[in-house]
Amino acid sequence: MGLRPVPLGVGLALGLFAAPLAGQADSTMAQDGLYDRPFIGSLSNTSIGGYIEGNTNYFVEDGLSEGFSMELRRFNVFLFSQISQRVRFISELEFEHGTEEIALETALIDFEVSPALILRAGIILPPLGFFNQNHDSPRWDFVERPLVATDVIPSTLSEVGGGAYGRIVLGDLLLSYDAYLTNGLGDGIVGNELGRTDVPSGKREEQFAGDNNGSPAVSARVALRKPGFGEVGVSHYGGYYNAYGLEGVLVDERRWLAISALDVGASVGRAEVRAELAYASIDVPPSLVELFGDTQWGAHVDVVVPLWRPQIAGYPTAVVSAALRVERVDYNVGSFSSTGESIRDDVTAVVPGISFRPSAGTVFRANYRYHWTRDFPGNPTNRMAGFQLGFATYF
Amino acid sequence: MLALPRSILTPVAALAFAACGVLTPNGPDPDQLLDGTVDGMTASQIRQHFAGDEEFGRRFSVAAGLGPIFVATSCEQCHVGDGKGHPAFMLFRFGMEGGLDFNPLTELGGPQLQQRAIPGYPPEVVPGSATGVSGFLPPAVTGLGYLDAVDDTTLIALQDVDDLDGDGISGRLQLHRPTELIEAALALEAQGAPALAGRGTLYDGRYIGRFGKKALTVNLLHQTVGAYHQDMGITSDLLPEDLFNPQAGSRASDDVPDPEVSSSTVANVVFYLKTLRAPPRREANDPEVLAGEQIFSDIGCADCHLPTLVTGRSEIAVLDRVTFHPYTDLLLHDMGVELDDGYTEGLALTSEWRTPPLWGIGIQQNFQGGRAFFLHDGRATSLREAIGYHGGEGTASRAGFDALSATDQERLLRFLRSL
Repeated sequence: MGLRPVPLGVGLALGLFAAPLAGQADSTMAQDGLYDRPFIGSLSNTSIGGYIEGNTNYFVEDGLSEGFSMELRRFNVFLFSQISQRVRFISELEFEHGTEEIALETALIDFEVSPALILRAGIILPPLGFFNQNHDSPRWDFVERPLVATDVIPSTLSEVGGGAYGRIVLGDLLLSYDAYLTNGLGDGIVGNELGRTDVPSGKREEQFAGDNNGSPAVSARVALRKPGFGEVGVSHYGGYYNAYGLEGVLVDERRWLAISALDVGASVGRAEVRAELAYASIDVPPSLVELFGDTQWGAHVDVVVPLWRPQIAGYPTAVVSAALRVERVDYNVGSFSSTGESIRDDVTAVVPGISFRPSAGTVFRANYRYHWTRDFPGNPTNRMAGFQLGFATYF
Repeated sequence: MLALPRSILTPVAALAFAACGVLTPNGPDPDQLLDGTVDGMTASQIRQHFAGDEEFGRRFSVAAGLGPIFVATSCEQCHVGDGKGHPAFMLFRFGMEGGLDFNPLTELGGPQLQQRAIPGYPPEVVPGSATGVSGFLPPAVTGLGYLDAVDDTTLIALQDVDDLDGDGISGRLQLHRPTELIEAALALEAQGAPALAGRGTLYDGRYIGRFGKKALTVNLLHQTVGAYHQDMGITSDLLPEDLFNPQAGSRASDDVPDPEVSSSTVANVVFYLKTLRAPPRREANDPEVLAGEQIFSDIGCADCHLPTLVTGRSEIAVLDRVTFHPYTDLLLHDMGVELDDGYTEGLALTSEWRTPPLWGIGIQQNFQGGRAFFLHDGRATSLREAIGYHGGEGTASRAGFDALSATDQERLLRFLRSL
């Protein structure tokens, strides 16, 4: 079977500057997440765009409610520039909850040697699973991000680094790859304010200025895509996360973090299915094992089925869909040395909902969420349920 | 006009039901819970209670001062749902017998073991010279405000050091020499107390201990700052020096400025503990339970597990001169060789333990992962087994239980499960 690099034109045709194919698992290639966004406004070769998302919350936890509230989660601004024929730049600045948290999530340049080899450097999104590179809210039919993609895979994970990506045609399959070195996560994974192993707490502002241990993290993803069916990807992120040295002298054990993920996006009949499974293995200091778990896993399955395509003037692609998410995360896989019983600390959720997309880049959604949490010792299950209305749109 | 098809209406209707509360979960039966406030507090007191509740649940990170050696990262981690803790959060205390006094081996990190440490720092281990090690399961914390408000004179009147009444039970007070910490804790508490409050008085030149397995601490403030310090490695105004591991060969601790919690934070947590409600009863008027209660008294259990106490004057009106039912006398009792771990505190013998309150014992499994662990270190996994460990001053009651018919034993156990 011959290998053929995919020309840039094909890549553009797959979505660059096209309207996003939100929620359509077969249509959005994971690797295209960064550029598969609509941009408006253009100054010469630079484009500006972004997205905004907000929602309401009404939750009841074990019979008690804090009432109804509204939330503006994110306002993100993109800048894109086609600097030259083979060099392009993209960035994303995120404002979360107003100005509570402002983060530069992406700022990178790509240099295309060929479609099979594109060099990338800057603040990148390590290719761990599907969601991290495709986290824009308007793409999703659910108000909340999948727990596995926020708690096991710490989306949005953006790190300073570089590497390469590309795609190759294998008969009727499309093979894509991504491989990067980045500064990696830090000590907060253990000893954080959650009192449990928490990979997102390993994110460090300081990593934009340098590595905490001089040992970069490695991330890579390989995916196969079959047009008309979908894409299956396997990915891995690993590296030493703790600051084990001081002025060249070893002052602690080197502690390794490894996260592996499997993601699937496919069209099954009328349904679009998106699923992700991640497994994290964390080297925890021996005295902290049990309290801080050394193994975590999580998974979600989303199914979105178009129900109705209303005829609305000016909105030829308007669609109302039913959505269902089932998800689970186990934050501490293991057993108590004192009793031999399993450590709990897990959450399971079911989220049915409906969404309305007047156009592909805008979504209004209504979710009902029911989730069950079990605490560390495994006491009676805590139950929470509630209702969320939300919107998200590219601009 | 847009006509909505049934496929749309059905999920919309389901979501509407959710909004109406049909699909939201009810809370568990309040009788199966320990948390909750004492009734009748003012709005400002309720506000302070919840401020303390939040701090009680706060998990300390390394950046916030956790450790460098510790047992747990929050109060709540040990006292889940304000109940008795899981064996994963067992405190271990050690020391060495010999000479006139029990040696708590402070120079080796004693008496409390901090078996966990922040990354890069060595945790403590029990030194080889220790002759006694005892595991302490974290106790339930509900109703502590009532126990804190009992006057010293009440406790003094309860003791019977020489067993003058000849019932085989000779409870005595735990007494502590005055220390700077004890006097500071008593003085701070006295600031807000009514003038006639009868706590923190000297008795035979010592202060009365009332909290802890061996009544190590004199009031809830003393208990709280001690727990912050020894269990989490968190410094406060009263204990501003960070923990360090003497076994590490240096005095290095953490880099967070001390104190790591403010005096108001400590005050809020103490107030929270004071105003947690007394554990709820279940089936209290069931004839079988009432019969079990009578048997409990008849075979002498109630001589130590005293059903009723009365608080003294309290600055918190709802705790002022209130009758309550903790099933403890707060005194030390010799429990025999089977419960003698070779470790002790204060004036207590290694076989002496402060009578633990029994209130809440019937639902403690709800906070220990669904399975109850009884006695100070959880060695008993059933009430029957726990009774079987009672020796020393409890020997007669244990024999009395063994002599009961199966029906009466079950009545007694039903009574205990109703607490």
